[in-house]
Amino acid sequence: MSSGASPVAQATFREALLRPDAAVPEGLGDGHGGPAGRRFAVYRNNVAVGLTDAVLEGFPTLRALLGEEALRAIAAPFLRAHPPSSPLMFRYGAALPAFLDDFAPLAHLEYLPDVARLDLALRAAYHAADATPLDPARLSELPPEALAGARLTLAPALRLLRSPWPLYQIWQLAHHDGPPPQARAEDLLIARPAFDPQVYLLPPGGAVFLQALARGAPTAEAADAASAETPAPDLPAILGLLLQGGALTDMELPR
Amino acid sequence: MSTILKSAAIAGAFATALAAHATSASADEMAQEKCFGVSLAGENDCAAGPGTTCAGTSKVDYQGNAWALVDAGKCAMIELPAMADGTARMGSLEPLERDLPMDS
Repeated sequence: MSSGASPVAQATFREALLRPDAAVPEGLGDGHGGPAGRRFAVYRNNVAVGLTDAVLEGFPTLRALLGEEALRAIAAPFLRAHPPSSPLMFRYGAALPAFLDDFAPLAHLEYLPDVARLDLALRAAYHAADATPLDPARLSELPPEALAGARLTLAPALRLLRSPWPLYQIWQLAHHDGPPPQARAEDLLIARPAFDPQVYLLPPGGAVFLQALARGAPTAEAADAASAETPAPDLPAILGLLLQGGALTDMELPR
Repeated sequence: MSTILKSAAIAGAFATALAAHATSASADEMAQEKCFGVSLAGENDCAAGPGTTCAGTSKVDYQGNAWALVDAGKCAMIELPAMADGTARMGSLEPLERDLPMDS
């Protein structure tokens, strides 16, 4: 081996990096002919601190609910079980909901994985492609009977989150000191009408309506799907949220 | 429901939504202008996520368990029976990105 190459295998280095109590890998130098010694410990600490900060910054709702100390305590085993698979740190933490699903110390807070999913969805919406919202005038100018056959295009920033928990109320409590959440399932729409993603509570049937639109179904078919799930879905409210959230970008009429 | 009734119902839903949107839109625009680029504290200030700001690294990775602290947060205010409404619906994140075949 030439003198310029590192005598430490990457796998050994990586393993020691993720185990706080592991010894400094054999053969790791300080660049001046001596052993790396504490320099490795400093590097290892900075990796853990950086990833912990990424979790704290990337999951603001979890942080607001649990407090910083507790989220740090989650981050410590998480970052070691799921080190980044990409250098794009703004995506870090995708594995956290599944990690929380199986995380015994917090098993009694069963809604936490969905809270982590909400934080991830907000982040994904932030980084989604821009799209110009559909001019509402295009809809109001259509002959009324044409609307049933129209296919609406959804904005790339849209995310739908269906939770068996009152996730919207939990989110409100975390950030705005709302009342204690009442038990019920809630469907959330995340949209980005301007620069920052917004969270909207979908009325019953709204999620199914959106899923149908996303499949490319015309509005009448989507309304049928919503009615199949819930009697008399509040279509004006659902459409109102889509307009308010800048969620519609285009429409297509049957030929 | 007959097709004609249904298209009337859908047209009505659009009309109601569009009218409500038209009245609220101008107020929204004013609000938007006022707080352009300013996020609500604690809500959206981290919207871009980690790695998007330059933070110092001279911190310590505190190891240790803080489970006793978990219930000290706002979670202590949340008491929910298991599977709140009895449905077996699992939390699922579904991107609604449009990826439709071009049917023209």
